Amino acid sequence: MANDDHLPGSEQPNRREFLWTAGTVAAGVFAAYSPANAATDAAAADAAMPAVEGAVPVTLRINGKDHSLRIDPRTTLLDCLRETVALTGTKKGCDHGQCGACTVHVNGRRVLSCLNFAVMHDGEEVTTIEGLGTPEAMHPMQEAFFTHDAYQCGYCTSGQIMSAVALLKEPCGAEDASVKELMSGNICRCGAYANIVAAIQQVRKRA
Amino acid sequence: MHTFEFIRPADQTAAIAAAAQSKTAQQGADVRFLGGGTTLIDLMKLNVETPARVLDINRLPLDKIEAASDGGLKVGAMVRNSDLAYHATVQRDYSVLSQAILQGASAQIRNMATVGGNLLQRTRCVYFRDTAMACNKREPSSGCPAITGHNRTLAILGASEHCIATNPSDMGVALAALEATIHIQGTKGSRAIAFGDFHLLPGNTPHRETVLEPGDLITHVTLPAPIVGSKQIYVKLRDRASYEFALASAAVVLTIANGKVTRARVAMGGVGTKPWRLPEAEAALTGKPANDATFRQAAEAALRNAKPQSENKFKIELAKRCLTYTLRTATAS
Repeated sequence: MANDDHLPGSEQPNRREFLWTAGTVAAGVFAAYSPANAATDAAAADAAMPAVEGAVPVTLRINGKDHSLRIDPRTTLLDCLRETVALTGTKKGCDHGQCGACTVHVNGRRVLSCLNFAVMHDGEEVTTIEGLGTPEAMHPMQEAFFTHDAYQCGYCTSGQIMSAVALLKEPCGAEDASVKELMSGNICRCGAYANIVAAIQQVRKRA
Repeated sequence: MHTFEFIRPADQTAAIAAAAQSKTAQQGADVRFLGGGTTLIDLMKLNVETPARVLDINRLPLDKIEAASDGGLKVGAMVRNSDLAYHATVQRDYSVLSQAILQGASAQIRNMATVGGNLLQRTRCVYFRDTAMACNKREPSSGCPAITGHNRTLAILGASEHCIATNPSDMGVALAALEATIHIQGTKGSRAIAFGDFHLLPGNTPHRETVLEPGDLITHVTLPAPIVGSKQIYVKLRDRASYEFALASAAVVLTIANGKVTRARVAMGGVGTKPWRLPEAEAALTGKPANDATFRQAAEAALRNAKPQSENKFKIELAKRCLTYTLRTATAS
Protein backbone atom coordinates (compact mmCIF):
# COMPACT_ATOMS: atom_id res chain seq x y z
CA MET A 1 0.00 0.00 0.00
CA ALA A 2 3.08 2.25 -0.24
CA ASN A 3 1.50 4.18 -3.11
CA ASP A 4 -1.40 5.15 -0.90
CA ASP A 5 0.85 6.71 1.69
CA HIS A 6 1.90 9.70 -0.39
CA LEU A 7 1.57 13.03 1.33
CA PRO A 8 -0.64 15.84 0.12
CA GLY A 9 1.28 18.16 -2.16
CA SER A 10 3.99 15.62 -2.93
CA GLU A 11 2.84 15.44 -6.57
CA GLN A 12 1.90 17.99 -9.22
CA PRO A 13 -1.46 19.63 -8.52
CA ASN A 14 -4.20 17.35 -9.81
CA ARG A 15 -7.97 17.29 -9.90
CA ARG A 16 -8.17 15.85 -6.42
CA GLU A 17 -6.09 18.63 -4.90
CA PHE A 18 -8.02 21.24 -6.83
CA LEU A 19 -11.25 19.88 -5.36
CA TRP A 20 -9.70 19.84 -1.92
CA THR A 21 -8.77 23.50 -2.29
CA ALA A 22 -12.20 24.31 -3.67
CA GLY A 23 -13.73 22.58 -0.65
CA THR A 24 -11.66 24.77 1.64
CA VAL A 25 -13.01 27.86 -0.09
CA ALA A 26 -16.55 26.55 0.17
CA ALA A 27 -16.06 25.99 3.90
CA GLY A 28 -15.09 29.66 4.16
CA VAL A 29 -18.51 30.65 2.86
CA PHE A 30 -20.00 29.33 6.06
CA ALA A 31 -17.31 30.78 8.28
CA ALA A 32 -19.99 32.32 10.51
CA TYR A 33 -20.87 28.78 11.60
CA SER A 34 -17.39 27.38 11.96
CA PRO A 35 -16.27 26.16 15.40
CA ALA A 36 -13.92 29.12 15.70
CA ASN A 37 -16.78 31.63 16.03
CA ALA A 38 -18.45 32.84 19.19
CA ALA A 39 -21.81 31.49 20.31
CA THR A 40 -23.34 34.94 20.02
CA ASP A 41 -22.98 34.87 16.24
CA ALA A 42 -24.96 31.64 16.04
CA ALA A 43 -27.64 32.95 18.39
CA ALA A 44 -27.99 36.16 16.39
CA ALA A 45 -28.34 34.23 13.15
CA ASP A 46 -30.93 31.88 14.69
CA ALA A 47 -33.05 34.75 16.08
CA ALA A 48 -33.23 36.35 12.63
CA MET A 49 -35.07 33.34 11.21
CA PRO A 50 -38.57 33.94 9.80
CA ALA A 51 -41.49 32.60 11.81
CA VAL A 52 -42.86 29.23 10.71
CA GLU A 53 -46.46 28.26 11.35
CA GLY A 54 -46.73 25.53 13.98
CA ALA A 55 -43.05 25.86 14.83
CA VAL A 56 -41.79 24.58 18.15
CA PRO A 57 -38.74 25.71 20.13
CA VAL A 58 -35.71 23.48 20.26
CA THR A 59 -32.19 24.01 21.51
CA LEU A 60 -29.47 21.92 19.97
CA ARG A 61 -25.84 21.99 21.04
CA ILE A 62 -24.14 21.64 17.68
CA ASN A 63 -20.38 21.30 17.56
CA GLY A 64 -20.11 22.80 21.03
CA LYS A 65 -22.42 25.80 20.45
CA ASP A 66 -26.04 26.17 21.54
CA HIS A 67 -28.55 26.95 18.80
CA SER A 68 -31.99 28.02 20.00
CA LEU A 69 -34.31 27.48 17.06
CA ARG A 70 -37.99 27.47 16.19
CA ILE A 71 -38.73 24.73 13.68
CA ASP A 72 -41.59 22.77 12.18
CA PRO A 73 -41.71 19.47 14.16
CA ARG A 74 -41.49 17.61 10.84
CA THR A 75 -37.97 18.90 10.31
CA THR A 76 -35.50 16.05 10.39
CA LEU A 77 -32.23 16.59 12.19
CA LEU A 78 -30.62 16.42 8.72
CA ASP A 79 -32.77 19.20 7.25
CA CYS A 80 -32.36 21.25 10.42
CA LEU A 81 -28.58 21.05 10.17
CA ARG A 82 -28.49 21.82 6.46
CA GLU A 83 -31.34 24.25 5.96
CA THR A 84 -31.85 25.92 9.34
CA VAL A 85 -28.34 26.03 10.74
CA ALA A 86 -26.66 26.06 7.28
CA LEU A 87 -24.15 23.35 8.15
CA THR A 88 -24.12 21.66 4.75
CA GLY A 89 -21.26 19.27 5.40
CA THR A 90 -23.82 16.63 6.38
CA LYS A 91 -25.22 15.23 3.13
CA LYS A 92 -28.69 14.08 2.09
CA GLY A 93 -28.42 10.87 0.08
CA CYS A 94 -31.45 8.59 0.14
CA ASP A 95 -33.28 10.39 3.01
CA HIS A 96 -34.63 6.96 4.09
CA GLY A 97 -31.90 5.44 6.23
CA GLN A 98 -30.42 3.32 3.46
CA CYS A 99 -27.15 5.07 2.54
CA GLY A 100 -25.46 6.61 5.62
CA ALA A 101 -24.51 9.91 3.95
CA CYS A 102 -26.31 11.84 6.71
CA THR A 103 -24.43 10.20 9.61
CA VAL A 104 -23.76 12.53 12.56
CA HIS A 105 -23.04 11.97 16.25
CA VAL A 106 -25.70 12.59 18.88
CA ASN A 107 -24.34 12.50 22.43
CA GLY A 108 -21.23 10.86 21.00
CA ARG A 109 -22.95 8.03 19.12
CA ARG A 110 -23.35 7.79 15.38
CA VAL A 111 -26.92 8.03 14.10
CA LEU A 112 -28.71 8.74 10.84
CA SER A 113 -29.87 12.35 10.92
CA CYS A 114 -32.50 11.68 8.23
CA LEU A 115 -34.51 9.32 10.47
CA ASN A 116 -34.71 11.68 13.45
CA PHE A 117 -36.80 14.74 14.06
CA ALA A 118 -34.63 17.60 15.33
CA VAL A 119 -37.10 18.23 18.18
CA MET A 120 -36.30 14.78 19.57
CA HIS A 121 -32.82 16.07 20.39
CA ASP A 122 -33.74 19.16 22.40
CA GLY A 123 -30.82 19.85 24.75
CA GLU A 124 -28.63 17.17 23.21
CA GLU A 125 -25.15 17.33 21.78
CA VAL A 126 -24.81 17.00 18.00
CA THR A 127 -21.47 16.71 16.22
CA THR A 128 -21.20 17.12 12.46
CA ILE A 129 -18.23 16.94 10.12
CA GLU A 130 -17.75 20.69 10.66
CA GLY A 131 -17.14 20.00 14.35
CA LEU A 132 -14.51 17.35 13.75
CA GLY A 133 -11.67 19.43 12.36
CA THR A 134 -10.81 22.28 10.05
CA PRO A 135 -8.90 22.23 6.76
CA GLU A 136 -5.91 23.57 8.71
CA ALA A 137 -6.26 21.19 11.65
CA MET A 138 -7.87 18.03 10.40
CA HIS A 139 -9.07 15.21 12.62
CA PRO A 140 -6.72 12.21 12.19
CA MET A 141 -9.54 10.38 10.37
CA GLN A 142 -10.00 13.26 7.91
CA GLU A 143 -6.26 13.29 7.35
CA ALA A 144 -6.22 9.52 6.79
CA PHE A 145 -9.07 9.72 4.25
CA PHE A 146 -7.09 12.37 2.39
CA THR A 147 -3.82 10.45 2.56
CA HIS A 148 -5.44 7.21 1.39
CA ASP A 149 -7.52 8.83 -1.35
CA ALA A 150 -10.57 7.31 0.35
CA TYR A 151 -13.17 9.00 -1.86
CA GLN A 152 -13.89 9.89 -5.43
CA CYS A 153 -16.86 12.23 -5.76
CA GLY A 154 -16.81 12.95 -2.02
CA TYR A 155 -20.57 13.01 -1.48
CA CYS A 156 -20.60 10.12 1.01
CA THR A 157 -17.33 11.18 2.62
CA SER A 158 -18.59 13.23 5.57
CA GLY A 159 -20.91 10.37 6.54
CA GLN A 160 -18.10 7.85 6.08
CA ILE A 161 -15.78 9.90 8.30
CA MET A 162 -18.41 10.45 11.01
CA SER A 163 -19.08 6.70 11.03
CA ALA A 164 -15.37 5.90 11.07
CA VAL A 165 -14.68 8.22 14.00
CA ALA A 166 -17.53 6.65 15.99
CA LEU A 167 -16.25 3.18 15.12
CA LEU A 168 -12.99 3.93 16.96
CA LYS A 169 -14.94 3.76 20.25
CA GLU A 170 -17.11 0.75 19.36
CA PRO A 171 -16.37 -2.96 19.84
CA CYS A 172 -14.67 -3.86 16.56
CA GLY A 173 -12.30 -6.72 15.73
CA ALA A 174 -8.80 -5.91 14.48
CA GLU A 175 -9.23 -7.35 10.99
CA ASP A 176 -10.48 -5.58 7.86
CA ALA A 177 -13.62 -7.76 7.78
CA SER A 178 -14.78 -6.31 11.11
CA VAL A 179 -14.29 -2.77 9.84
CA LYS A 180 -16.20 -3.57 6.63
CA GLU A 181 -19.08 -5.02 8.66
CA LEU A 182 -19.32 -1.99 10.96
CA MET A 183 -19.03 0.40 7.99
CA SER A 184 -21.69 -1.39 5.91
CA GLY A 185 -24.26 1.30 6.68
CA ASN A 186 -22.28 3.82 4.63
CA ILE A 187 -22.69 3.26 0.92
CA CYS A 188 -20.07 4.66 -1.49
CA ARG A 189 -21.45 5.00 -5.01
CA CYS A 190 -17.92 5.42 -6.41
CA GLY A 191 -16.67 2.27 -4.71
CA ALA A 192 -13.80 3.72 -2.68
CA TYR A 193 -14.29 1.01 -0.08
CA ALA A 194 -10.77 -0.46 -0.20
CA ASN A 195 -9.16 2.90 0.54
CA ILE A 196 -11.77 3.76 3.18
CA VAL A 197 -10.91 0.57 5.07
CA ALA A 198 -7.18 1.32 4.71
CA ALA A 199 -7.68 4.84 6.08
CA ILE A 200 -9.64 3.61 9.09
CA GLN A 201 -7.14 0.85 9.82
CA GLN A 202 -4.28 3.34 9.75
CA VAL A 203 -5.97 5.52 12.35
CA ARG A 204 -6.83 2.49 14.51
CA LYS A 205 -3.24 1.23 14.41
CA ARG A 206 -1.88 4.62 15.42
CA ALA A 207 -4.40 5.09 18.23
CA MET B 1 -45.09 14.55 5.30
CA HIS B 2 -48.38 15.38 6.99
CA THR B 3 -48.32 17.80 9.89
CA PHE B 4 -48.54 16.39 13.41
CA GLU B 5 -48.45 17.54 16.99
CA PHE B 6 -45.18 16.63 18.72
CA ILE B 7 -45.71 15.73 22.37
CA ARG B 8 -43.21 14.58 24.97
CA PRO B 9 -45.27 12.91 27.73
CA ALA B 10 -43.91 13.61 31.23
CA ASP B 11 -44.16 10.00 32.32
CA GLN B 12 -45.47 6.57 31.41
CA THR B 13 -48.99 7.29 32.70
CA ALA B 14 -49.26 10.44 30.58
CA ALA B 15 -47.90 8.56 27.55
CA ILE B 16 -50.48 5.80 27.91
CA ALA B 17 -53.34 8.28 28.45
CA ALA B 18 -52.35 10.22 25.34
CA ALA B 19 -52.01 7.06 23.23
CA ALA B 20 -55.38 5.79 24.42
CA GLN B 21 -56.97 8.65 22.42
CA SER B 22 -56.06 6.81 19.21
CA LYS B 23 -58.76 4.97 17.30
CA THR B 24 -56.39 2.05 16.74
CA ALA B 25 -52.92 0.89 17.71
CA GLN B 26 -52.58 -0.81 14.32
CA GLN B 27 -51.99 0.48 10.77
CA GLY B 28 -53.31 4.01 10.39
CA ALA B 29 -53.09 4.91 14.08
CA ASP B 30 -53.68 8.62 14.62
CA VAL B 31 -51.42 8.62 17.70
CA ARG B 32 -48.01 6.97 17.58
CA PHE B 33 -45.25 6.40 20.09
CA LEU B 34 -41.90 7.56 18.71
CA GLY B 35 -38.82 5.60 19.73
CA GLY B 36 -35.72 5.46 17.56
CA GLY B 37 -37.74 6.61 14.54
CA THR B 38 -36.04 4.22 12.15
CA THR B 39 -39.33 2.70 11.01
CA LEU B 40 -41.91 5.34 11.89
CA ILE B 41 -40.19 8.40 10.42
CA ASP B 42 -39.30 6.48 7.26
CA LEU B 43 -42.96 5.51 6.81
CA MET B 44 -44.17 9.03 7.67
CA LYS B 45 -42.01 10.38 4.85
CA LEU B 46 -43.72 7.91 2.53
CA ASN B 47 -47.18 8.88 3.88
CA VAL B 48 -47.71 5.25 4.82
CA GLU B 49 -48.00 6.42 8.44
CA THR B 50 -49.85 9.72 9.01
CA PRO B 51 -50.29 10.17 12.77
CA ALA B 52 -51.88 13.42 13.98
CA ARG B 53 -49.95 13.15 17.24
CA VAL B 54 -46.48 11.80 17.82
CA LEU B 55 -45.55 10.90 21.40
CA ASP B 56 -41.81 11.04 21.96
CA ILE B 57 -41.07 8.39 24.59
CA ASN B 58 -37.29 8.55 24.24
CA ARG B 59 -36.88 10.09 27.68
CA LEU B 60 -39.07 7.63 29.60
CA PRO B 61 -36.94 5.59 32.02
CA LEU B 62 -37.36 2.32 30.13
CA ASP B 63 -33.74 1.98 29.07
CA LYS B 64 -32.36 -0.47 31.65
CA ILE B 65 -31.09 -4.02 31.29
CA GLU B 66 -31.49 -5.73 34.66
CA ALA B 67 -31.33 -9.18 36.21
CA ALA B 68 -34.83 -10.59 36.75
CA SER B 69 -35.83 -12.30 40.00
CA ASP B 70 -36.26 -15.68 38.26
CA GLY B 71 -32.66 -15.67 37.03
CA GLY B 72 -33.60 -14.26 33.64
CA LEU B 73 -33.08 -10.84 32.15
CA LYS B 74 -35.36 -7.80 32.00
CA VAL B 75 -34.78 -5.54 29.01
CA GLY B 76 -36.44 -2.11 28.90
CA ALA B 77 -38.41 -1.26 25.77
CA MET B 78 -36.24 1.81 25.09
CA VAL B 79 -32.92 -0.08 25.24
CA ARG B 80 -31.12 0.59 21.96
CA ASN B 81 -30.32 -2.41 19.79
CA SER B 82 -26.55 -1.82 20.05
CA ASP B 83 -26.64 -1.58 23.86
CA LEU B 84 -28.52 -4.88 24.04
CA ALA B 85 -26.26 -6.65 21.53
CA TYR B 86 -23.05 -5.59 23.30
CA HIS B 87 -24.32 -6.17 26.85
CA ALA B 88 -21.99 -8.63 28.62
CA THR B 89 -24.82 -10.79 30.01
CA VAL B 90 -26.52 -10.98 26.62
CA GLN B 91 -23.28 -11.91 24.88
CA ARG B 92 -22.58 -14.62 27.46
CA ASP B 93 -26.03 -16.13 28.16
CA TYR B 94 -28.20 -15.15 25.19
CA SER B 95 -25.64 -14.93 22.43
CA VAL B 96 -28.17 -15.82 19.71
CA LEU B 97 -29.87 -12.50 20.48
CA SER B 98 -26.61 -10.57 20.25
CA GLN B 99 -25.75 -12.28 16.95
CA ALA B 100 -29.18 -11.62 15.47
CA ILE B 101 -29.16 -7.92 16.35
CA LEU B 102 -25.63 -7.39 15.02
CA GLN B 103 -26.61 -8.97 11.70
CA GLY B 104 -29.50 -6.54 11.34
CA ALA B 105 -29.43 -3.03 9.85
CA SER B 106 -26.30 -0.90 10.31
CA ALA B 107 -24.32 0.39 13.29
CA GLN B 108 -26.06 3.77 13.04
CA ILE B 109 -29.55 2.26 12.95
CA ARG B 110 -28.71 -0.12 15.83
CA ASN B 111 -27.69 2.92 17.90
CA MET B 112 -31.15 4.42 17.30
CA ALA B 113 -33.57 1.48 17.10
CA THR B 114 -35.21 0.31 20.32
CA VAL B 115 -36.30 -3.11 21.55
CA GLY B 116 -39.95 -2.05 21.66
CA GLY B 117 -39.72 -0.53 18.20
CA ASN B 118 -38.12 -3.62 16.74
CA LEU B 119 -41.09 -5.68 17.92
CA LEU B 120 -43.27 -3.32 15.84
CA GLN B 121 -40.98 -3.19 12.80
CA ARG B 122 -43.02 -3.08 9.60
CA THR B 123 -42.69 -5.20 6.50
CA ARG B 124 -40.40 -4.18 3.63
CA CYS B 125 -42.97 -5.34 1.04
CA VAL B 126 -42.68 -2.75 -1.74
CA TYR B 127 -46.44 -2.51 -2.17
CA PHE B 128 -46.95 -1.67 1.51
CA ARG B 129 -44.38 1.12 1.24
CA ASP B 130 -45.87 2.68 -1.91
CA THR B 131 -49.15 4.57 -1.45
CA ALA B 132 -49.73 4.52 -5.22
CA MET B 133 -50.27 0.77 -4.98
CA ALA B 134 -53.04 -1.28 -3.43
CA CYS B 135 -52.19 -3.07 -0.17
CA ASN B 136 -54.54 -4.87 2.20
CA LYS B 137 -52.22 -4.19 5.12
CA ARG B 138 -52.11 -0.45 4.50
CA GLU B 139 -55.62 -0.01 3.05
CA PRO B 140 -57.95 -2.89 4.06
CA SER B 141 -59.80 -4.56 1.14
CA SER B 142 -57.77 -2.70 -1.51
CA GLY B 143 -56.10 -5.90 -2.72
CA CYS B 144 -52.67 -7.52 -2.71
CA PRO B 145 -50.69 -6.93 -5.90
CA ALA B 146 -47.72 -8.74 -4.35
CA ILE B 147 -49.39 -12.11 -4.87
CA THR B 148 -49.10 -11.73 -8.64
CA GLY B 149 -46.27 -9.19 -8.57
CA HIS B 150 -42.83 -8.74 -7.03
CA ASN B 151 -42.78 -11.30 -4.25
CA ARG B 152 -39.27 -12.74 -4.38
CA THR B 153 -38.53 -11.64 -0.80
CA LEU B 154 -41.97 -12.30 0.63
CA ALA B 155 -43.37 -14.99 2.91
CA ILE B 156 -43.67 -18.73 2.33
CA LEU B 157 -45.04 -19.45 5.82
CA GLY B 158 -48.13 -17.93 7.42
CA ALA B 159 -49.35 -16.01 4.38
CA SER B 160 -52.99 -15.65 3.44
CA GLU B 161 -54.82 -14.81 0.22
CA HIS B 162 -54.92 -11.23 1.54
CA CYS B 163 -51.28 -10.67 2.49
CA ILE B 164 -47.92 -12.34 1.96
CA ALA B 165 -45.73 -9.70 3.63
CA THR B 166 -42.63 -10.90 5.48
CA ASN B 167 -41.77 -9.76 8.99
CA PRO B 168 -38.27 -8.28 8.57
CA SER B 169 -36.95 -8.50 12.15
CA ASP B 170 -33.78 -10.37 13.07
CA MET B 171 -34.07 -9.60 16.80
CA GLY B 172 -37.57 -11.09 16.86
CA VAL B 173 -36.33 -14.41 15.50
CA ALA B 174 -33.86 -14.74 18.37
CA LEU B 175 -36.53 -13.67 20.90
CA ALA B 176 -38.84 -16.39 19.52
CA ALA B 177 -36.14 -19.06 20.00
CA LEU B 178 -35.35 -17.72 23.48
CA GLU B 179 -39.06 -17.82 24.44
CA ALA B 180 -39.16 -14.18 25.49
CA THR B 181 -42.16 -12.53 27.13
CA ILE B 182 -43.43 -9.08 26.16
CA HIS B 183 -44.71 -6.83 28.94
CA ILE B 184 -47.36 -4.25 28.17
CA GLN B 185 -48.83 -1.45 30.26
CA GLY B 186 -52.23 -0.18 29.15
CA THR B 187 -55.17 1.79 30.41
CA LYS B 188 -56.50 -1.30 32.21
CA GLY B 189 -53.20 -2.29 33.83
CA SER B 190 -50.29 -4.46 32.82
CA ARG B 191 -50.14 -7.80 31.10
CA ALA B 192 -47.49 -10.25 29.88
CA ILE B 193 -47.70 -11.89 26.45
CA ALA B 194 -45.67 -14.88 25.31
CA PHE B 195 -43.56 -13.84 22.32
CA GLY B 196 -45.36 -16.27 20.01
CA ASP B 197 -48.73 -14.73 20.84
CA PHE B 198 -47.73 -11.09 20.27
CA HIS B 199 -47.73 -10.96 16.46
CA LEU B 200 -50.86 -11.92 14.53
CA LEU B 201 -51.10 -13.88 11.30
CA PRO B 202 -52.46 -11.78 8.42
CA GLY B 203 -55.57 -13.91 7.79
CA ASN B 204 -58.23 -11.57 6.48
CA THR B 205 -57.09 -8.68 8.72
CA PRO B 206 -53.48 -8.02 7.61
CA HIS B 207 -53.71 -4.45 8.92
CA ARG B 208 -53.76 -5.93 12.43
CA GLU B 209 -50.18 -7.04 13.13
CA THR B 210 -50.06 -7.34 16.93
CA VAL B 211 -52.33 -7.71 19.95
CA LEU B 212 -51.76 -4.06 20.92
CA GLU B 213 -54.79 -1.86 21.68
CA PRO B 214 -54.88 1.95 21.90
CA GLY B 215 -52.89 3.10 24.94
CA ASP B 216 -50.82 -0.08 25.15
CA LEU B 217 -47.16 0.68 25.80
CA ILE B 218 -44.54 -2.05 25.60
CA THR B 219 -42.51 -1.44 28.77
CA HIS B 220 -40.02 -4.31 28.67
CA VAL B 221 -39.16 -7.76 27.41
CA THR B 222 -38.07 -10.57 29.71
CA LEU B 223 -35.89 -13.53 28.84
CA PRO B 224 -36.15 -16.74 30.90
CA ALA B 225 -33.14 -17.92 32.90
CA PRO B 226 -30.37 -18.98 30.51
CA ILE B 227 -30.18 -22.61 29.40
CA VAL B 228 -26.82 -23.68 30.83
CA GLY B 229 -24.58 -25.30 28.24
CA SER B 230 -26.84 -24.47 25.31
CA LYS B 231 -25.33 -23.81 21.90
CA GLN B 232 -26.77 -20.70 20.30
CA ILE B 233 -26.31 -19.61 16.72
CA TYR B 234 -28.03 -17.13 14.38
CA VAL B 235 -27.37 -17.52 10.66
CA LYS B 236 -28.70 -15.01 8.13
CA LEU B 237 -28.73 -15.49 4.36
CA ARG B 238 -29.25 -12.42 2.20
CA ASP B 239 -28.56 -10.85 -1.18
CA ARG B 240 -25.49 -8.98 0.09
CA ALA B 241 -23.12 -9.71 2.95
CA SER B 242 -24.27 -6.92 5.26
CA TYR B 243 -26.95 -4.23 5.73
CA GLU B 244 -29.67 -6.27 4.04
CA PHE B 245 -32.83 -8.02 5.10
CA ALA B 246 -32.90 -11.82 5.34
CA LEU B 247 -34.04 -14.10 2.55
CA ALA B 248 -33.86 -16.79 5.20
CA SER B 249 -32.39 -16.80 8.69
CA ALA B 250 -32.38 -19.25 11.57
CA ALA B 251 -31.96 -18.94 15.32
CA VAL B 252 -31.27 -22.12 17.25
CA VAL B 253 -30.80 -22.79 20.95
CA LEU B 254 -29.62 -26.38 21.20
CA THR B 255 -28.64 -28.60 24.13
CA ILE B 256 -26.74 -31.76 23.29
CA ALA B 257 -25.78 -34.59 25.68
CA ASN B 258 -24.02 -37.82 24.72
CA GLY B 259 -24.38 -37.03 21.04
CA LYS B 260 -28.15 -36.53 21.26
CA VAL B 261 -30.24 -33.40 21.14
CA THR B 262 -31.93 -33.07 24.55
CA ARG B 263 -33.55 -29.67 23.99
CA ALA B 264 -34.13 -27.60 20.86
CA ARG B 265 -35.63 -24.20 20.24
CA VAL B 266 -35.77 -23.14 16.60
CA ALA B 267 -37.11 -20.06 14.84
CA MET B 268 -36.67 -18.66 11.35
CA GLY B 269 -36.75 -15.19 9.81
CA GLY B 270 -37.24 -13.90 6.28
CA VAL B 271 -39.69 -16.67 5.48
CA GLY B 272 -42.72 -15.98 7.67
CA THR B 273 -45.37 -13.32 8.13
CA LYS B 274 -44.11 -13.08 11.72
CA PRO B 275 -40.93 -14.26 13.46
CA TRP B 276 -41.47 -17.96 12.88
CA ARG B 277 -41.08 -20.44 15.74
CA LEU B 278 -40.83 -24.03 14.52
CA PRO B 279 -42.20 -26.59 17.00
CA GLU B 280 -42.22 -29.17 14.17
CA ALA B 281 -38.46 -28.88 13.81
CA GLU B 282 -37.97 -28.89 17.57
CA ALA B 283 -39.93 -32.17 17.84
CA ALA B 284 -37.92 -33.69 14.99
CA LEU B 285 -34.68 -32.85 16.81
CA THR B 286 -35.45 -33.73 20.42
CA GLY B 287 -34.08 -37.11 21.50
CA LYS B 288 -32.41 -37.70 18.12
CA PRO B 289 -28.68 -38.02 17.33
CA ALA B 290 -27.11 -34.64 16.61
CA ASN B 291 -26.13 -35.39 13.02
CA ASP B 292 -26.86 -34.21 9.48
CA ALA B 293 -29.60 -36.77 8.88
CA THR B 294 -31.53 -35.48 11.91
CA PHE B 295 -30.94 -31.87 10.93
CA ARG B 296 -32.21 -32.44 7.39
CA GLN B 297 -35.32 -34.17 8.77
CA ALA B 298 -35.90 -31.20 11.05
CA ALA B 299 -35.55 -28.83 8.09
CA GLU B 300 -38.02 -30.91 6.04
CA ALA B 301 -40.48 -30.78 8.96
CA ALA B 302 -39.94 -27.03 9.33
CA LEU B 303 -40.82 -26.25 5.71
CA ARG B 304 -43.49 -28.94 5.21
CA ASN B 305 -46.30 -26.36 5.15
CA ALA B 306 -44.38 -23.79 3.09
CA LYS B 307 -46.30 -22.31 0.15
CA PRO B 308 -44.21 -20.53 -2.46
CA GLN B 309 -45.28 -17.43 -4.36
CA SER B 310 -44.57 -16.92 -8.06
CA GLU B 311 -41.01 -15.63 -7.52
CA ASN B 312 -39.83 -17.22 -4.30
CA LYS B 313 -39.95 -20.98 -4.67
CA PHE B 314 -36.16 -20.95 -4.13
CA LYS B 315 -36.75 -19.88 -0.56
CA ILE B 316 -38.05 -23.30 0.46
CA GLU B 317 -34.79 -25.07 -0.35
CA LEU B 318 -32.78 -22.06 0.84
CA ALA B 319 -34.56 -22.13 4.20
CA LYS B 320 -34.00 -25.89 4.55
CA ARG B 321 -30.29 -25.50 3.88
CA CYS B 322 -30.14 -22.49 6.16
CA LEU B 323 -31.61 -24.43 9.06
CA THR B 324 -29.50 -27.55 8.41
CA TYR B 325 -26.35 -25.43 8.26
CA THR B 326 -27.29 -23.54 11.43
CA LEU B 327 -27.92 -26.76 13.37
CA ARG B 328 -24.64 -28.25 12.13
CA THR B 329 -22.72 -25.10 13.04
CA ALA B 330 -24.31 -24.99 16.49
CA THR B 331 -23.43 -28.62 17.13
CA ALA B 332 -19.81 -28.06 16.10
CA SER B 333 -19.46 -24.90 18.21
